[in-house]
Amino acid sequence: MRITYLFILLNIFVFSGCKDQKLHLTKIEGKQITITDSLGGNSEIEAYIKPFKDRIEKDLDSVLAYSADTYTKKDGEYNTAIGNFMADAVYSESNPIFKSRTGKDIDMVLLNHGGIRSILSKGNVSKRTAFGLMPFENSIVVVALKGEQVDSIMLYLSRGKRAHPVSGIKLTLDKDSNILEAKVNGKNIEKDKTYYVATNDYLYSGGDNMTFFKTNDSLYVLDYKIRNALIDKFMKLDTINPVIDDRFTQIK
Amino acid sequence: MKRRDFIQQATAGTALVTLGSMGLQSFTTLDKTSKITILHTNDVHSHIDAFGPEDGRNANKGGVARRANLVDAIRKENPNTLLLDAGDIFQGTPYFNYYGGELEFKLMSKLKYDAATIGNHDFDNSIDGLYAQLPHAEFPFITANYDFSNTIMDTHTKPYKTFIKDGIKIGVFGLGIELTGLVDKSMFKETKYLDPVETSQEMTRILKEDEHCDLIICLSHLGYHYKNNPDKIDDLKLAGATKDIDLIIGGHTHTFLKKPTVVKNIDGKNTLVNQVGCYGINLGKIDFYFDSDKNKSANGTSIIV
Repeated sequence: MRITYLFILLNIFVFSGCKDQKLHLTKIEGKQITITDSLGGNSEIEAYIKPFKDRIEKDLDSVLAYSADTYTKKDGEYNTAIGNFMADAVYSESNPIFKSRTGKDIDMVLLNHGGIRSILSKGNVSKRTAFGLMPFENSIVVVALKGEQVDSIMLYLSRGKRAHPVSGIKLTLDKDSNILEAKVNGKNIEKDKTYYVATNDYLYSGGDNMTFFKTNDSLYVLDYKIRNALIDKFMKLDTINPVIDDRFTQIK
Repeated sequence: MKRRDFIQQATAGTALVTLGSMGLQSFTTLDKTSKITILHTNDVHSHIDAFGPEDGRNANKGGVARRANLVDAIRKENPNTLLLDAGDIFQGTPYFNYYGGELEFKLMSKLKYDAATIGNHDFDNSIDGLYAQLPHAEFPFITANYDFSNTIMDTHTKPYKTFIKDGIKIGVFGLGIELTGLVDKSMFKETKYLDPVETSQEMTRILKEDEHCDLIICLSHLGYHYKNNPDKIDDLKLAGATKDIDLIIGGHTHTFLKKPTVVKNIDGKNTLVNQVGCYGINLGKIDFYFDSDKNKSANGTSIIV
């Protein structure tokens, strides 16, 4: 106790005695420290994180479906099995939501080839597979476009010559990459008709030079992530075995 | 037992005498000096685990558990330390998708963050999602230019907070980015965005004249610099248009600066602007040295960056 009193007394003495001294800022030193493995992890923090992490890992790795083969975005010229799977999943999973809100149907889906972020490996498929295919938080939006803008989409696809994932269309190019046939839902594109095109918010904002979305009549935000659409599709299927088809091809 | 107690007390006593005499000595013959350390992060984006060895850009970097060790070591060296975050705590890893920011806030509390400001991604689960996680944060949210009065966040943030460390009074105020165009209105609801420059002028007046702060820090999520957009406010423009701010800790633009930027404020005095990239890869450390020696302070403040 005596020591405590002495300590308090000293403190009062030192601090009150010096209070008149005005302190001035004389020097500033700034640097940045990179967090590297040489620092070592705080074991208490690591132990705290572990149960949170374990639950995620377990959930991410629980098997949802089985992939019949290994599919990559490089297998196929203008359409790929993996891209077709993703575009068709966006259609089948988001159309019921869109229809219940608007009474209308989605006519077509357009995603981008660069948005397929990993391969789909043969074997068990889990939520982690969906995080690999779509690590970004992009959400599905439906844009109302006139036939004229849908023509722009077809032109974009014919000039881009990339296997952008599409659903609901049939686009055939001749050997010089001119459009031979361009259809939505099996019908020719009508200039003044309104088409409901599902895409993601990144492409809607002009990503991958998709400038045609901005001239839209209206935008429907579904609050539904692409990744979650894939997960929901995985849960509905036992076996995933998409194929390359004739939705976007070139006649050689 | 008794014997050990005695020895411990005796040792403590000796140490205290030594300390006491040092204190007296410094009072009578030496001038008082103080060192305040400001540690900061920004745009951690739910990066709780370190990047793996296979990561293309940030292999083996980051990680909250390592940051905890680093912060502990710095606090041991200088207890007069503040740890601050400039927003976008949320969104970027499954931790956010699964727990909605709970673990981010809990870990920041364990690391004893002193304050944070709010970034646009902190509204990613809407303002209700942010509000729902507040019980997990044992640190205050500081924002002066978001008017939350018609929202659920009303009264849950402060425009500024003052800290006293080693006799030095430090005022920290927060600034958020304009949400319209960046975040859907349905997410931020009735949050009103107020002009950052006007808000800063009011804040610095309060912190300087009413609160008598020795050090003023702005915790900003405005972004470092928009070169091609002269009308969009950023940290560099803010520094040049205001006064009495010693340090702007920035975020949003994920800017990796080699060193803090020195900007002349409206009074021609130096303001430091710093930002440390993103994802908890770096920790910013700014040391402020105070001295009562008039001769030293007469030479102005030297900045070593």
